This record gives sequence, C-alpha cells and structure tokens, in this order.
Amino acid sequence: MPKVTLTHFEATLLMAFLISVVLGVVSRRTDEERLRYGLRCFGYFVLAVFGLAWLMRLGHG
Amino acid sequence: MSKKQKPKREPIPPLRVWGHVVALAWLVPGGGHFLQKKHGRGAILSATIILTFLLGLLMRGSMFTPRTGDLLTTIIHVGGFLGNLASGLLYLLTIWLGYAQPDVAGHVHDYGTKFLVAAGLMNVLAMVDAFEIAAGRKD
Repeated sequence: MPKVTLTHFEATLLMAFLISVVLGVVSRRTDEERLRYGLRCFGYFVLAVFGLAWLMRLGHG
Repeated sequence: MSKKQKPKREPIPPLRVWGHVVALAWLVPGGGHFLQKKHGRGAILSATIILTFLLGLLMRGSMFTPRTGDLLTTIIHVGGFLGNLASGLLYLLTIWLGYAQPDVAGHVHDYGTKFLVAAGLMNVLAMVDAFEIAAGRKD
C-alpha cells in the first residue's frame, strides 16, 4: 500500500476542504446555498488554521 | 414583549419509513441518498467520505479500539471507536482484510487517524441527511 505524506498545512487544508464539502451538501436546501455555505465554512476553517498557527508560534516565542 | 415561541417538535415517523435508508446510509456512504434517488448529493457525499477514509489509510492512520480507564481515556478510545465504526463497510472491510495499522508516533500517522474518524463523522451527517429526506423533512 503506498504511503501519503503531507505537511501539517496540507493535511489541515485538505481536511478543511473535505469537511466543508460535506457540510455544504447536508446543511442547505438549494445548490447555490450549499455552494455558498461550503465556501464560507472553508474560509472559516482557513482563518482558524492561520489564527491558531500564529497563536502557537507566538506562544512558543 | 412577547416570548420567543419554541419551534414545535415534529413526531418521528415509523421505523419502516426510514430504518432501511439509515441502515444503508451507514453501511455504504451516500447509499441512503442513492436509494432515495438523490444521485448528485449521494455521489458527492460518497466520493468525499471514501476519499477521506482512503487518505486516512494511506497516511497509515490507526483504528481505535474501545478501551476504558480514566475518563479521558474512555472518551478518546470509545469515541474514536464509534467514529471509526460510523464509516460502515469501509471500517469493516479494513478490519476484515487486515489493513488496520498499528498506532505509531509521527504527525502524518496522527493526521491519518483523524482522517479516519472524520470520515465516520461525515457519514453520520450523511445518515442524518438521509433520515431527514426519508422522513419528509427535506426534499
């Protein structure tokens, strides 16, 4: 079985994307709303990733 | 000032209406949607959940086994096991065919373990969606 090796950043972005797709599909009623909600979720995930990354960097000095 | 009215809880329809749909949705990611002819959403859910699970396996993530002890150990291991189990056939095939990996140190393995649990949790969302469609709460 091949092995996939990703950096922290790639793995978190990939997971954010996949979760956003599912949240978008199950949460809204029209396709346009689903797309918009999925994109918004992905944006929030990315913001959280950058926010927490900077917090950890500043916390470690 | 009037009090905000609580939304009325809808009664749960009989099990025969949604039982087989939810069971199939658990066993096959997206299967509940395919059964109800929601092919587009079923295909997207199916592809996303299977991709997440496969990435978890390819990152050599490990499967949780239910273990009890102190509260945190119980929550992590029993919760993780339930998350894995929620993937349905993907989880069962991985165990039966011997693809479950031992728990080893390293950030990639750790992400893999999280991807495997996340796939199960996404399937729970898909099961709830399939239930709502079967119960007539969603089109």
